[in-house]
Parts: sequence; C-alpha cells; structure tokens
Amino acid sequence: MGADMEHIYDVAIIGGGPAGYTAALYSSRAGFDTVILEKMSVGGQMTLTDVIDNYPGFPQGIDGFVLSSDMQKGAERFGTKTMYDEVVSVDLKSEIKEIKTAFSGSVFSKTIIIATGANPRELGLENEQELLGRGVHYCAHCDGRFYKDKVVVVVGGGNSAVSDALYLSHLCKKVYLVHRRDVLRATKIYHDPIMKADNIEFCYNSVLGRIDTDNDKVSSVTMIDTKTSIKREVECDAVFISIGRKPVTEFLSGQLELDSGGYIVADESTKTNVDGVFAVGDVRTKVLRQVVTAVSDGAVAAHYAEEYLSR
Amino acid sequence: MSMSVLKVTKDNFFDVKNSDKTVLLDFYADWCGPCRMVGPIIEEIAEENPDILVGKINVDEEQELAAAFSVMSIPTLVVLRNGEVVNKSMGAKPKAAILSMLD
Repeated sequence: MGADMEHIYDVAIIGGGPAGYTAALYSSRAGFDTVILEKMSVGGQMTLTDVIDNYPGFPQGIDGFVLSSDMQKGAERFGTKTMYDEVVSVDLKSEIKEIKTAFSGSVFSKTIIIATGANPRELGLENEQELLGRGVHYCAHCDGRFYKDKVVVVVGGGNSAVSDALYLSHLCKKVYLVHRRDVLRATKIYHDPIMKADNIEFCYNSVLGRIDTDNDKVSSVTMIDTKTSIKREVECDAVFISIGRKPVTEFLSGQLELDSGGYIVADESTKTNVDGVFAVGDVRTKVLRQVVTAVSDGAVAAHYAEEYLSR
Repeated sequence: MSMSVLKVTKDNFFDVKNSDKTVLLDFYADWCGPCRMVGPIIEEIAEENPDILVGKINVDEEQELAAAFSVMSIPTLVVLRNGEVVNKSMGAKPKAAILSMLD
C-alpha cells in the first residue's frame, strides 16, 4: 500500500509491537481511521522470545511470534491498516502531522502514537559494527549454537546477560561474564543456576577495552579492571553483548523531550510535550518494560488520542 | 513454507547454484526470532519476483552448507549470480533493504 497525499489519518502509529497494535485496536475499534507503520515485521522485541510466561491469560505461556500476529489480526479486524515502511523523519509542528517514509512518501495524520521500542545497546568499540555477526553478537539464542565447545565472553550483568551466559554455558566450553559492577543486577531467580554452572568465570568490576581479531575472526578481548585499571587479555571466539537497550528515537531529531537515557518523556497518560503526540511501550520513560505494560500504554494513548480528536 | 520458496539441501544445492536466475538464500533456524521476522518477507519476495530463485536453508539440518558460506549468525541472506556470491548480509532487514541486495 502506498502513501496517499490526500489522505489524513486520525491516528498514525509508528511501530508494530504490542504497544502499537493495542493502541491500534482501541482506536480503530472506536471508529478512528488508523494506520500502523512498521519497518520490518510485526511484534518487535516480543518475537525474539520463544515463550512469554508473564503475559496473563496463557497458562502454558505464549509464543511471542504468535501473540504478535494475533495482536495484528485483532487490530486489523476493526480496520487498522498496516503499512510496511521505515520512518525516516517526522514533522510534529503543524496541526496535521507528517511522517516521512523511506519508500512510500509521506503519511499525514491528526495524531501520532510513537511505539518504536528499543534495540540492543552497543558497547561503542571501534570494530564492533564491522565484526557484527562474525564474532560480535547481540542474540545468544540465535547465534550461540555456532560456538559449540568454544570460548565466549558475555558482557553485562542484568537479567538478559545472565540468562545468555547460562544458555551459552550449556553449549560452550567456557563463558566469561564481564560486568562493570561488583554484583549482578539480575534478579534472584537467576542467581542459583548461574552460580552452579562450573564453566562460567565471573569478571566483576570489568569493562571490555578492545576486541582483537586473527584472520578476520574474533581471537581475544582485553578487559580493564575499573578499580585498578589493570588489563587482562583472554582468548575467545565470540563476544555476546547484552548491556540493555537503546530506545529508537533518532527519527524525531529533537522534536520531543527525551530523558537522560534517551527515552521519550511522558507520564502514565503517554502524552509527550507536543499536543496530539503520544509515546507508548519501551520507548517511553517508565519503570517496568514488559509486554503487559506496553499494551496498557497502548490503550491509554488511544484514549487520550480520542480525547484530543474530539476537541 | 510457501510454494514459491525452495527448501535447499545439499542434494539440490548444485542445481540452485547453477541456476540461470539470480538466487536469494535465507539461512535460518526455527528457533531464531529474527529469522521468523524475516521469513514472511522472504516468502513475499519469492511470490512477487518469479524471476528470482528464492531458497531457504535450515542451518540445523544443513550444517555443511552453513559452513560453506561461513554462516556464524542467523538470519544470513546470500545473493548468488552465476554461482558467485554477489551479496551477503546478516541480521533481520526490512523488505526494501533485502530487495536492494538483489539490484
């Protein structure tokens, strides 16, 4: 479906994850002309999870991919349109807001709900991008199997880093878990199993200084002790980076207020500092980033969008 | 898998490689989330572009092929022309980006 210059939507939603499709469900069900712009495929980060155990109503858990496509179908039943294209920039100044896409021109709408979520955060090392998929990885569950019986480094200390390290410890010969603090941030439920894994070496108060290669493949990393500045080089075949997420907001180019972590500032009303523009799900500043809080945001945003539209 | 996408194994790989058409290969696994994101896009491309031979290679079943293409991360997309690799990319990508690999 191409963009139509004449057409002005009531609600345009950027990002087709759980927050976006819930906003779409509510607004299209309330009779508003609603479009979702999705860059790649629906579901967002949710599709990267095999089983979601903490979304209520599914006693056996639910496959993230299935839940995503069901959320899409639910919204489309009430007339939501899905447009597959990447949003390059937005213009939020006018009454009628403009969304510029990479391939199908501009989309115009009276309100915009931003549901772009977050991507994995990078370490920022010089050769990190260049080694992506060739020894530097962000998805242990996708790429761990290519390092069976090898030595790997996991960077991070939160839930996802610890669960990655645990997963890799079953496959790999040895796992170094590099964490910049002196204690894991991961919740208690992860602590017991990881302490029992005898092939995980914990490197606390450490950061990754560099990644070295041999023959175009990762061969070693250098860790730096944050207290003593002492460097330590360890041989390894891959680095799995799991240091949290980075909200997707570049396309806003400063038109919305962001917090120090780069998240869009909006309270539980999901209202941003621009009238008629809302932020929902992981891209919004909030305490708990879960599917269940994302869908809740979606419903709230649709409510306030409706209020704005009926002024 | 859609009818338009060919399941590529080491048994039919020779024919795929020597196809007169441009070949788009998707190295994937069933348990990989980003692969499942790309899967429907690959099927769409196959249906809309009959002039392109689109194949999927399951890296669990076809470890030799995965190794032959140095696949260390999935999904990996490879474009072949006259048997030669002309493009290779890793990670999930939007449809337009995959189509541009075929230009």
